[in-house]
Amino acid sequence: MLSKKTRQILLGPLSRNNPVIVQILGICSALAVTAKLEPAIVMAISVTAVLAFANVIISLIRNTIPSSIRIIVQLVVAAALVIVVDQVLKAYAYDVSKQLSVFVGLIITNCILMGRLEAFALGNGPWDSFLDGVGNGIGYGLILIIVAFFRELLGSGTLLGYQVIPQIFYDWGYENNGLMILPPMALITVACIIWVHRSRNKELQEK
Amino acid sequence: MKTLRNYIDKIKPNFMPGGKLAMFRSVFEGFETFLFVPATTSRSGVHIHDNIDSKRTMTIVILALMPALLFGMYNVGYQHYLAVGQLSTVGFWTIFFFGFLAVLPKIIVSYLVGLGIEFTVAQWRGHEIQEGFLVSGMLIPMIVPVDTPLWMIAVATAFAVIFAKEVFGGTGMNIFNVALVTRAFLFFAYPSKMSGDDVFVRTTDTFGLGAGRVVDTFSGATPLGQVATHTGDDMVLTNIVGQPLSLLDYAVGLIPGSIGETSLIAILIGAVILLWTGMASWRVMLSVFAGGLAMAWVANTFASPTYAGSLLSPLTHICLGGFAFAAVFMATDPVTGARTKIGQYIYGFLIGVIAILIRIYNTGYPEGAMLAVLLMNVFAPLIDYFVVEANIKRRLKRAVKA
Repeated sequence: MLSKKTRQILLGPLSRNNPVIVQILGICSALAVTAKLEPAIVMAISVTAVLAFANVIISLIRNTIPSSIRIIVQLVVAAALVIVVDQVLKAYAYDVSKQLSVFVGLIITNCILMGRLEAFALGNGPWDSFLDGVGNGIGYGLILIIVAFFRELLGSGTLLGYQVIPQIFYDWGYENNGLMILPPMALITVACIIWVHRSRNKELQEK
Repeated sequence: MKTLRNYIDKIKPNFMPGGKLAMFRSVFEGFETFLFVPATTSRSGVHIHDNIDSKRTMTIVILALMPALLFGMYNVGYQHYLAVGQLSTVGFWTIFFFGFLAVLPKIIVSYLVGLGIEFTVAQWRGHEIQEGFLVSGMLIPMIVPVDTPLWMIAVATAFAVIFAKEVFGGTGMNIFNVALVTRAFLFFAYPSKMSGDDVFVRTTDTFGLGAGRVVDTFSGATPLGQVATHTGDDMVLTNIVGQPLSLLDYAVGLIPGSIGETSLIAILIGAVILLWTGMASWRVMLSVFAGGLAMAWVANTFASPTYAGSLLSPLTHICLGGFAFAAVFMATDPVTGARTKIGQYIYGFLIGVIAILIRIYNTGYPEGAMLAVLLMNVFAPLIDYFVVEANIKRRLKRAVKA
């Protein structure tokens, strides 16, 4: 269905070219919204949507944007999409939107967004740009969800709000790890993912 | 001793390359050099090996920790029997034995987990066994409350050894004091088992020893815990059954607190051992106390009932909590502290200041010594850098002038 090149555009960001754990972009939102799984999933979807459509729009008008003001144009497009996403969340997922608070608005400053617009959409066609946006969004979301999985499981004993660790463990003296709720542990979890990822992909290791 | 040496020499070939147990060479060497000072000498150049290698250094630090540990064990028993109202009916050895039984599992868990990880990593990388955990493993049980569950200590120790030590390259490479990272992990991950009024005095029996009902006047708050919750002008700190405490009581240390930290006198005996053998820097130790006294004096001069800690005298501050323990055993860690002489004064002084600053003005944390040392660990290389740079500049100026 997809040629080898387009497949690379779509699937590359999932592992070898992952925006979070290889390019180390978008770390701040990875720390901020991953205390629970649900906001992390919503955040992942939001970023993927904004990224994909911003990429398409910029790609469509890439030949008409004067190069000297391209950053401003990119920001306007991204900001418009972010506002749409924010309003949709407020309308249909108010609780999650409240949990995510400013971080939906801050998608606009997500380095992945500007990075893809600048590095990919400005030089490629709309279809490729769309796939690139989706791929990077999923690559970002994947890490967010892995981090949030461990943080919610170990920090709150729940997944998506449902109690996962049985009550009998608590009766035996088990306690939730309060540090997992705090941002430092998100950083350490991301570091662990990078550790595992690098040891499986030797060509990514720095000399 | 001779038979042990002979036995080790006899089994040694098995562990050398080509022997059938060659894969366990690092474990074997770890034990051999722990038991006997290795006889290897320099083969070239002008280097001279000191007789004191780092395993012997660690042993001396462990020795210096013994007074505080033994006193801590006695104090654990003392507080328990005070709480259940049987202090007058039990003898010295019963009290000590109770504390011994309560503390020993913590020491075992800490060593088992920490050394287990160290041995595994050393095997895996083909390194020698590093000896750094010998001290950390003894420090960890001494800086936790008596009622912290063992599995928490195991998790925290594993976290600290892996993330504060092994990922940085093992012994001698760590930025943060491993024992304090363990404590910080416990403190932030399981606050209900690391602070508050329920964990510093064991009120239940230990392996069936010392059962009894807690007396009515009992309150498990440590002196600093009482300060943290105090309101109003007059402050009288009490022991766990409500009797007022004096400065002498703080110094002797029969007060609730983390296991090894309560007795200033026992810690100072350790300090004398460390300084006499030249293992620790007197500059760091002295300046931590100086910084603490200075900050406590400033706070006391501008005392305000809003911050109850400022009502205490500077000397009381030095005696209470983990301040003295941090000054003698944590701040003087040669790996994570400053190394230049001027740097050591600055490093120590700031630890003292920050510890008391956190203790008095941050009402969220009753004690600040742990956070102060960890914070200054980060700044130690920076301090050293500027001291060295300043020295270079000064000498350069002199050279240009001449």
